[in-house]
Amino acid sequence: MKIYDIIIIGAGVVGASISRELSRYKLDIALLEKEIELAFGVSKSNSGIIHPGTQNPPGSLKGKLCVQGNILTRQISRELGVDFKEVGELIVAFTEEEKLRLRELKKEAESLGVPRLEIVDSAWLGKNEPNLSKEALAALYAPTAGIISPYRLVYDLSENAARNGAEFFTETEATAIEKKEYFEISTSKGVFRSRFLINAAGLFADDISRMLGIDDFKITPRKGQEFLLDKKKEHLTNRLIFPLPTKTSKGVLVIKTADGNPMIGPTAEDIEDKDDLSTTDEGLKNVLTRARKMIPLIDGSDIIAYFAGLRPASGNDFIIRHEDKTPGFINVAGIQSPGLTAAPAIALMVCDLLKKSGLTLKKKLIFRSHRKKTIHLFTEPLKKAKALIKKDPGYGDIVCRCEQVSAKEITDAIDRGAKTMDGLKFRTRAQAGRCHGSFCTARLMKILSEKTGVPLKDITKRGKGSRIVLKDRRDD
Amino acid sequence: MIERELVIVGAGPGGMAAAISAYENGVRDILLLERDQYPGGILNQCIHTGFGLDYFKEILTGPEYAERFIKKIKAIPEIELSLRSFVTLLTGDKLLTYFKPGRIETVKARCLIMATGCREKTREMVHIGGTRPSGIFSAGLAQKLINIDGLLPGEEIVIVGSGDIGLIMARRFTLEGAKVKAVIEIQDKTRGLLRNVVQCVTDFDIPLYFNHKIVKIFGKDRVTGVSVARVDSDMREVTGTGFKIDCDTVLLSVGLIPENELIEMAGVRIDKKTNCPVSDETNKTSVPGLFVCGNAFMVYDLADSVSKDSEAAGRLAAEYLKKIGRAG
Repeated sequence: MKIYDIIIIGAGVVGASISRELSRYKLDIALLEKEIELAFGVSKSNSGIIHPGTQNPPGSLKGKLCVQGNILTRQISRELGVDFKEVGELIVAFTEEEKLRLRELKKEAESLGVPRLEIVDSAWLGKNEPNLSKEALAALYAPTAGIISPYRLVYDLSENAARNGAEFFTETEATAIEKKEYFEISTSKGVFRSRFLINAAGLFADDISRMLGIDDFKITPRKGQEFLLDKKKEHLTNRLIFPLPTKTSKGVLVIKTADGNPMIGPTAEDIEDKDDLSTTDEGLKNVLTRARKMIPLIDGSDIIAYFAGLRPASGNDFIIRHEDKTPGFINVAGIQSPGLTAAPAIALMVCDLLKKSGLTLKKKLIFRSHRKKTIHLFTEPLKKAKALIKKDPGYGDIVCRCEQVSAKEITDAIDRGAKTMDGLKFRTRAQAGRCHGSFCTARLMKILSEKTGVPLKDITKRGKGSRIVLKDRRDD
Repeated sequence: MIERELVIVGAGPGGMAAAISAYENGVRDILLLERDQYPGGILNQCIHTGFGLDYFKEILTGPEYAERFIKKIKAIPEIELSLRSFVTLLTGDKLLTYFKPGRIETVKARCLIMATGCREKTREMVHIGGTRPSGIFSAGLAQKLINIDGLLPGEEIVIVGSGDIGLIMARRFTLEGAKVKAVIEIQDKTRGLLRNVVQCVTDFDIPLYFNHKIVKIFGKDRVTGVSVARVDSDMREVTGTGFKIDCDTVLLSVGLIPENELIEMAGVRIDKKTNCPVSDETNKTSVPGLFVCGNAFMVYDLADSVSKDSEAAGRLAAEYLKKIGRAG
């Protein structure tokens, strides 16, 4: 049986970033994911903000990695063809007391190395963010904040890592781990062996660590409910709008996602159940009230979608360390916000830890750093769209009406690994618009079934137990 | 760029009636754009009867009703029916861009009728809390899956809202052998036609709860149930009235919204609450020569009424073209 140099558990943005970074070197790498597709855990419900590094305690690991990650993300997104937009963020003060705190925040952020910070006054805000509440007194402006699609980043990182030799195993859940001569990871798909083991299991990082007897941290899911608004409201804000942060969270934000939908949220609720992704009336009320305080134009009827995500919190900082008690085992845990931003810096840090614990990192002769940008019709100007259709008529065959997704984009997504309806949604945006898939679901199921050979009745929303329909009458 | 006398977007009961009427009133150059691979629109999946009573004085199914119009359209060479044609852009001076497999076309319409129909409100628009597993469908999607694709979405169904499609699907699911456990309506009366309540729900002994709402949807991967509670006259949940219904499927039939994103893009005034064009007269909009008919203008109860009012849009278009002096 094959012995990998490194096995990574968890294919979220952290695992994917580490795998891509390690795929530069002459190493056998495997990534194990318990879900049917990548990015189906914490990463899928991330807001997509690439933070500048503000709102982190001075001297914190997450603050340091966030500032580094903000810089690294730019190059990675260029190499992988993922859209990164530097939109900038405003932390807005509504009282004199809050106004004073802006200076503190600025100082703290500057000590972490956040560049180009500026305190702007109400006149500036009126001019640059005309929809912002007139009660806003001042704001801390961080121009380096950006926005990215979190799941597309994971897919593209993984695709690039795979191209450079990393192996991905989905529906492969680690159930027990033993350290003998090698790490022996028992999974739902058999036993995997490796010399080094990286735990990037997100919400379940404590469970994985416990399998090797290291149980000095606990992951407490902190639920965040997010509410997406219709793309028609795209021009509500120009930048990411934050209130002053509290001790546990950055507060309820008004942002524009990478796909152009404004989004309001998240809540911050410590819960017990790692599967609890429910949304509540109270959550909605809470978020709406807070968001409207900043942008009064927001209306409940603009909401077209909502979801909840769980931040894998463990204390107030990231836990990234080599476990000396179990040589070769690296925990990457408690990666809550700003984990998406920090991910490329975390990957570098993990490489460093691996080196220090005895792994030789030898560069490959050829590392393919670039991938061809995935085409999304809705982002292309008409002229380009015409050229695309000329090349492939499938681009002219619109499947999803709300988000203008073509049949070709759907088949491309399936070729790149989409297996489920959610996988198609995250990759292409089909079903993500205002009609919520009422129009395109049947067609998407058919394309998915034809391309993958999975019978229509076995097409799922997101893997086991989530079949879309229960019976095919033609089988009766 | 190609210029056409009259362009009609949507070949459902509205667009087809408008096209025929425009022709009968003298328009001789009509382009009828339909995004689907067949004309007929939503009628194709409405295999139940009840269509045509007003218009043809006959009882027809949806596809039969559509067929009457399709035959007429096909017999008129001056009506060009372009299928799989998906309009993505519309400007205030009636420039349309549409996608077809293999190409993108831009056409200038001297006169334009939008017959784009409506879409169903989603769970998100009525803010139902809980999880997001599979098994949550708009009633219309469930209808399409059963009637067009031969797929059974679920076996134990709770229907939210008593819109006509929801009521009809209560009967449809029952006939397919599924168990419809309840229809939950937040108002004190049905949103749909009385005949549908009787024929599709009461006749099948399906419990219909008025003044009740779904509070939460449960289930991790697939729906496992819903919680229901009574509401007071202000639609607020009455404490202590909650109960749970186990089910694997939730159907939404909570209202329809005119599909007017294209004319909104073109600068036509839209009522924010109803998504209908702001207008004093049926089918007219704030832009001269741009008409809207059928469910895109206002949500009708019957396809027959859609056809009737859409005929009027065809006449208005013909009159408009005569007035600007180049019709026929």
